Amino acid sequence: MPGKVLIVIPCYNEEASLPILLPELLSTKLPHGYELQAAIINDCSKDNTVAVARKYEVTVLDLPVNLGIGGAVQTGIRFARDNNFDLAIQLDGDGQHPPKELAKLINYHIETGANVVIGSRFIEKEGFQSSFARRLGIQYFHWLNRLLTGQAIYDSTSGFRLFDRKAIALAAASYPDEYPEPESLVVFSKAGLKVAEVAVVMAARQGGQSSIRSFGSLYYCIKVTLAMFFSFIRKP
Amino acid sequence: MLRIQFITIAVNILFVLYISRLIIKGKLREEYAIVWVICTLFLLLFSFWTDGLELLRKLTGVVVAANLVFTGFIFAILVYLLHLSVVASKLYNDNKKLGQEISLLKEKFNKHLEEQKS
Repeated sequence: MPGKVLIVIPCYNEEASLPILLPELLSTKLPHGYELQAAIINDCSKDNTVAVARKYEVTVLDLPVNLGIGGAVQTGIRFARDNNFDLAIQLDGDGQHPPKELAKLINYHIETGANVVIGSRFIEKEGFQSSFARRLGIQYFHWLNRLLTGQAIYDSTSGFRLFDRKAIALAAASYPDEYPEPESLVVFSKAGLKVAEVAVVMAARQGGQSSIRSFGSLYYCIKVTLAMFFSFIRKP
Repeated sequence: MLRIQFITIAVNILFVLYISRLIIKGKLREEYAIVWVICTLFLLLFSFWTDGLELLRKLTGVVVAANLVFTGFIFAILVYLLHLSVVASKLYNDNKKLGQEISLLKEKFNKHLEEQKS
């Protein structure tokens, strides 16, 4: 069932990578019948992200305060819900997620009918694979996710993901704030949504910095573990 | 009356007056003031009734009265800090909703302006 697709692009200080990403994204061909619209969510950047974004045919949602990745993505999801989009796909503003891989997510959604489709780096070992420590962390979350959701998701920290109408409605109502990726999977599976994963090739980031860096990674692990656990025991 | 009693009572009364002033000026919401007023009342009670602490000490089986005061107050402070974290979390969520709503409205407004122009 073809329809409108919103590409949700959370951005924090991405003036350098947007001029590379946006022309490529806007000329990307989606599967037949799907119509692409992009929304840049500016998470209170300190650079000219908004001015750069406005040069292109995109919707710009300009947050007045810095909400972090989760709050920014949720803003885009709410826009998708309010404007009656059929699908929303989160794509990071730093160029890690190549637009040409979008079709894979949509096709996989059509094939399997999954409510959430994650673009995964790990099903096939191709493209950017990130450092050892990070892969170890990702392994841990894979294990924790399987324990809590019963679904085997290899790349639970991937931010490259598709939401269908059901998932949009759920995420618009409640989406985790900080480091939302693994935790939101617990929320989705508790609500009975089907989460699937498809292999994509990712690039190393073109600009900006990861939100998860060395000394913060222990905090990340503990915080996300706690958040996942409490999402698991919380009544839906 | 002992000199120390006099000082405690005076400080307490000043504290209560300051809290009242904050509430009157609208700088402190009543629900947060309650805790402070109750704390001061406790202090006031024991500054007048000096035997009271000794009595409580015997009742609870604590050896040194000062320890009872410290334990009691540190626990009260911890509970209050937790309450403040709850308040901060609620404020964060409200802020998030407001921020999102503003960005969505701004977008609608800009679109509307552009439509009017063309």
